Amino acid sequence: MEQALHYLNVGTAMFLLIGMALLLGRLLSGPTLYDRILAVNSFGTKTVLFLCVFSLIIGRQDGIDIAILYALMNFIATIAVLKFFRYSALDVSMNYSSRGDLSKTVVGKAEMSGEDT
Amino acid sequence: MVRSAFILVVVLAAYWLTLSGYLYKPVLLIVGTISILVVLGLSWRMKILDAETAPYFHGKAAGYYAWLFVEITKANMSVIKAVLSPDMEISPTTTKVPMKQSTDLGRVTFANSITLTPGTIAVVMGESNILVHALFSEMTNAADFQDMGDRAGWAVSDPMLGRIEKGAS
Amino acid sequence: MDGDVLHMLQFVISALLLAGGVFFVIAGTVGVLRFPDFYTRMHAAGMTDTLGAELVLLGLIVQAGFSQTSLKLALIAFLLFLTSPTAAHAVVGAAHNAGLKPMLGKYRAPAPGEAPEVKSEVKPKTKSKAKSKAKTKSKPKPKPRTKKKAT
Repeated sequence: MEQALHYLNVGTAMFLLIGMALLLGRLLSGPTLYDRILAVNSFGTKTVLFLCVFSLIIGRQDGIDIAILYALMNFIATIAVLKFFRYSALDVSMNYSSRGDLSKTVVGKAEMSGEDT
Repeated sequence: MVRSAFILVVVLAAYWLTLSGYLYKPVLLIVGTISILVVLGLSWRMKILDAETAPYFHGKAAGYYAWLFVEITKANMSVIKAVLSPDMEISPTTTKVPMKQSTDLGRVTFANSITLTPGTIAVVMGESNILVHALFSEMTNAADFQDMGDRAGWAVSDPMLGRIEKGAS
Repeated sequence: MDGDVLHMLQFVISALLLAGGVFFVIAGTVGVLRFPDFYTRMHAAGMTDTLGAELVLLGLIVQAGFSQTSLKLALIAFLLFLTSPTAAHAVVGAAHNAGLKPMLGKYRAPAPGEAPEVKSEVKPKTKSKAKSKAKTKSKPKPKPRTKKKAT
């Protein structure tokens, strides 16, 4: 039964690796910056999962600690990269108004017809 | 405030024991106690020991997240159908969803639930409404959003805006 | 004998959860590759983050039994549950703030070999969906893809 669990974990790890490899395509060919950030963020989530599976495969607990760190770092890195590309600096205080005013945003049908022009 | 402090201590102790794993080493236990006390003192000095310290620690929030999990599963099915069908029939839409929650916690819970449900994502949060991008136009049903908003406000005991006018003064 | 049955049960439950999680992860990845514009890709990525990750971690927790490992895995699941919608909201908000326009209206994936086209339903008047679909199918209007204002 140990052997079966081992093979199950190896299979899961293989599929996660396939998913990560596929995501590299979006990372390389993403038309906009945000596609790439999205790909990196999703890649990080899969890396966390892969680390968890991998540490069960090799039978050591250390990998899970690294996975916890990676989950936190992935989130912080995403926010930091976004903030850097928004303000060209990291030393900026984010207040509520800097996120844009919703009342100025045109949505729905107006935007649908506006897209046509 | 005593309740939030108590919950904070319990959560920090559980966190320390989970990460260290040594239940019988006096040195580690003493160091953990000291750091918990330091964190407690710092958060008391920062005056952040209020209702937002432990927002989801009652039965209502657990019930709400159980309901949300069912919704997430249902939404996942429809998104996965669109992904795997050869000609994916999607109709991306944006709508403004009115937000009736009056506290920050209620608003965050509502917007977070919208983002957690695949197929809808909260793009911008305004003063009284959220700009939502949906994958299918069927998903932008105003009644569904209102239902979710009511449940989210109920889960964090939020005085919704409609009820404030009735109950105030 | 009794322990054997328990191990079998553990294996079966873990295998089911892991298979489901891997299915959602792969499907989310395929969605990120296939969907036509940034905002729709975000939905596929969210699918990976919510159900896929949680199911894989739940399968691993079942394997680990009641131990420190499973507690740590539960902690990871909790952290992902907290951070992934926040990160998704931040990315989408930043894209919207930078002026990236979402592609709206009906979309159908192009057949392989066919030029990519967007069947946009501009008229907000259409009452019945079947009718409008028939209309767009009979008269395919090639349209340029959504303007992407990369900053």
